[in-house]
Amino acid sequence: MSKLVKKTCIVCPMGCHLEAEVSESGEILSVSGNTCKRGDAYIRDELTDPRRTLTSTVRLMGAKDDVCLPVKTSGGIPKAKLFEAMEYLKTVTVTAPVTRGDVICENFLGEGVDLVAGKTVS
Amino acid sequence: MDAKKIIIIGGGPAGLAAAIEANNQGIAPDDILILERDRELGGILNQCIHAGFGLHMFGEEMTGPEYAGRFIDIVKERNIGYLCNAMVLSVSPDREVAFVSPTEGFCRVKAGAIILAMGCRERTRGALNIAGTRPAGIYSAGTAQRYVNIDGYLPGKKVVILGSGDIGLIMARRLTLEGAKVLRVCELMPYSGGLPRNIAQCLDDFDIPLYLSHTVTEIHGRERVEGVTVAKVGDDRRPIVGTEEYIECDTLLLSVGLLPENELSREAGIALDRITGGAVVDETMQTSIPGVFACGNVLHVHDLVDFVTKEAYRAGAAAAKFVTGETVPGGNIRTGTVLSTEGKNGVRYVMPQKLHADGALSTETALFFRVDNIYRDKYVVLSVDGREITKTKKRFLEPGQMENVRLTDGAIDAIKTGKTVTVSLADA
Amino acid sequence: MKYDVCIIGAGITGAMTARKLAKYNVSVCVLEAAGDVAMGATKANSAIVHAGFDAECGTLKAALNVKGCAMMPAETKELDVPYKQCGSLVCAYSDAEIAHLEQLYARGCENGVPDMRIVGGDELRAMEPNISPDAVAALWAPTAGIVCPYELCIAACENAVINGVQFKTNFRVTNITKENGTFAVTDGNEIVYADYLVNAAGVHSDEIAVLAGETDFPMHVIPRRGEYMLLDRSEGKMANHVLFSCPSANGKGILVSPTVDGNLILGPTAKAIDDKDDTATTTDGLMEVQNGARHLVPTVNTRAVITQFSGVRPTPVYADGDITKSDFCIRISETVPGLLHLAGIESPGLASSPATGEYAVELLAKMGLSLTEKSSYTPGRPKKIRFRELSDEERAEVIKQNPLYGKIICRCETVTEGEIVDAIHRPLGARDLDMVKRRTRAGMGRCGSGFCSPRTVEILARELGVPMDTITKCGGNSVILNGGKK
Repeated sequence: MSKLVKKTCIVCPMGCHLEAEVSESGEILSVSGNTCKRGDAYIRDELTDPRRTLTSTVRLMGAKDDVCLPVKTSGGIPKAKLFEAMEYLKTVTVTAPVTRGDVICENFLGEGVDLVAGKTVS
Repeated sequence: MDAKKIIIIGGGPAGLAAAIEANNQGIAPDDILILERDRELGGILNQCIHAGFGLHMFGEEMTGPEYAGRFIDIVKERNIGYLCNAMVLSVSPDREVAFVSPTEGFCRVKAGAIILAMGCRERTRGALNIAGTRPAGIYSAGTAQRYVNIDGYLPGKKVVILGSGDIGLIMARRLTLEGAKVLRVCELMPYSGGLPRNIAQCLDDFDIPLYLSHTVTEIHGRERVEGVTVAKVGDDRRPIVGTEEYIECDTLLLSVGLLPENELSREAGIALDRITGGAVVDETMQTSIPGVFACGNVLHVHDLVDFVTKEAYRAGAAAAKFVTGETVPGGNIRTGTVLSTEGKNGVRYVMPQKLHADGALSTETALFFRVDNIYRDKYVVLSVDGREITKTKKRFLEPGQMENVRLTDGAIDAIKTGKTVTVSLADA
Repeated sequence: MKYDVCIIGAGITGAMTARKLAKYNVSVCVLEAAGDVAMGATKANSAIVHAGFDAECGTLKAALNVKGCAMMPAETKELDVPYKQCGSLVCAYSDAEIAHLEQLYARGCENGVPDMRIVGGDELRAMEPNISPDAVAALWAPTAGIVCPYELCIAACENAVINGVQFKTNFRVTNITKENGTFAVTDGNEIVYADYLVNAAGVHSDEIAVLAGETDFPMHVIPRRGEYMLLDRSEGKMANHVLFSCPSANGKGILVSPTVDGNLILGPTAKAIDDKDDTATTTDGLMEVQNGARHLVPTVNTRAVITQFSGVRPTPVYADGDITKSDFCIRISETVPGLLHLAGIESPGLASSPATGEYAVELLAKMGLSLTEKSSYTPGRPKKIRFRELSDEERAEVIKQNPLYGKIICRCETVTEGEIVDAIHRPLGARDLDMVKRRTRAGMGRCGSGFCSPRTVEILARELGVPMDTITKCGGNSVILNGGKK
């Protein structure tokens, strides 16, 4: 007996209503409801290794107005590690000037993605 | 201050893109002036630190500050004129802008063309007539977002959110990540006004319950919020007696809709659309006052900034043409037959509201619209004077998603002799 | 510290009494339980200066109302408080109600209300195009006016401060003793001594009377809550005058009135409640307000509401139980020498206030307080810039002198950073968001302070030299940011 798993695709704002047919052994037999290849890939990843891009802020020193610097991970980190990542961000302080795209932390939490500055602050 | 060829009111995504496009079309950088009321360019994007911007424009998912940053960089590189901390107090029908700033003082400046890009504001508790006390701890979602993302303070610890618009959903996740407990999101309507993917990644990811057809009926607490009463609502959207439930919390976040910020437009005498809350415009984004254009959320509330940018490009290009004396449809040389657009059978509004038959209509021209409910498997029908021209099948249509339909050659032909262009839904 | 006079309560009655006393060489201290002045009935009422035809003839209420109304134009001018003598109309819908107008007219004449007239339907419609088509006549009282009640109160207090009156806020009186002819008034932390004690404690005036040792207080206070809706300035022109329905056994009913700041106010309800400080609104109350307003102005757009609020009025109930004949309870205590009651002052307490203040001074003199005029007295208050009201030239000039006046913080009400900073550093300066709001109107507009409140919190923190997460909405535990700093 296979079962049908429903997910809303989060890859783009279209929000396709995806359906995956999953076998008893957990194998994905088919995917439907997607309107592009990325939707297919998304539900397959989501059912095996769900990841999210984390966006937050870190403390910023030395800027005229800004006290928070927006940051993001350059790719997905495991969903289960989001709160661990948030704890880690509390320890991070950046000093201006900083340029959008600057890497704040390489290989963030050992997940193979970087933590990147989201804003240029002089 | 000397007269400017183009004054743009608002330095958010709409104003930035309009300025850049006006410059692309040959208006010198110092003939353009962006007036921004905040201390920096970028508008609301500066506090929208979440990802989800730019997929249409740049093919990648960016955060708000990243998206704004790309445009801010161009404005700065090209030395396009801008002034921060500058608040426009009035716009006159003959295109004089009065504003104040700490550095320039009080100024009245003449403009060849004006682009309105003031954005929108959030609906408030007052507008909802929620009874109860008036303690601290009641915030619009955007205000809370500013406190968290710009000022670095968490407004509360135990949060109920009323309204499932995108900002409310985004803030549910944001506050949760920052350590607050979001107890629930209540939505008056039987469906969410936010993007489906935001329900998935902001609520479902964190097991935050969404209560559809629920509202907050009373606020409790003298000094700080101590709790709210939540009730289920019936089909008439009124609370059902006996379904009230007290939820202990210290914060109520409101994400109950956005309203285009059109006080300046209204005082200038610009015709406004009752449904969108923004100006009535034609396909060049020109308002009822020649030489005054509008784009972005001041015109109608968008859910994707990418479409704001595209709309602003059209406004910037048209304003450039207007000041260089080129004929623009409906501009200073009005020649074209003016058609009205309308929405029917589930289509709440259509933008632009006016089209010019002999104007620059092309198959690139799109009519934007929103539906009034959730629909499945419908045709989006474009007709002229009641005659069906095109129909496109859609599997899902939701009020939270702005849709569009492009003109076809057939439609452009029909428009030449038509009076009314209608977008409607039909069973598929 | 010992004073000649201690006033308990910094509502409009206490404030005006302090202002009138400040002309003389007496030391005065005003004690206020709340964190700001004007926080009780003064904060939330109809914002109307009644002409004076409502009060029963021969009452103190009638005399003080008519006199206070006549004083109000000069009083507000001195204090630099916007005042508009727009007049009021009591609208009648039937012959029976016209008969009632005639009674009111006769009563007004006897009370000394000038220039009243009963106008017919046509004239009424010319004056008020949006009035209900069912209204057939109205009592026109041109001397009635509109004023912002808390601004008047704050202004009177500021005037008192610059003339040497001491104010102590967050001073909730818990005990009063009298030794050797001197009152000792305490909140449990601090003791204020005074020879004369003025009870102007509003809804709490009966409790203060008891604390002061009064054994012959003739009444007790019933808190009566009135709910209101305040509409956007876009609706301010829906009424040109204060519009009342004909009074009934249930009170004066719901009114519709422009406010001096250009909004439209609807209300109040009148409901006796148990808790004297319960200023919550109710679903039923707000419905009653909307329905009552539509009775007068059927096309009133209640969707343009900015906020809802309620205020609690001190309705005096005298021992004989006759609530309708209740006069203000203004009297020298017969059992406690040196104690003066200014109690049971509900509507028209605002209109009466300048006259009440003067009368209180007369009574204190009668009680033995020696009054000699102070040569240094100034009748006004420190200059206040209202950027919104300035001409282009004046705007340019104030920004040149102080660039903070060029930075708009509240865009709905066009309030500048300069005005907010001034509000913080004025006498009785703002310490929280609502204090800034009441002094500048920042946050009073249609965005519900969504845009300006984070900026105002920043400015308050900066000017007061405290962290942002200590700033409150209205004192006490009303901290704005209670989730911690990131």
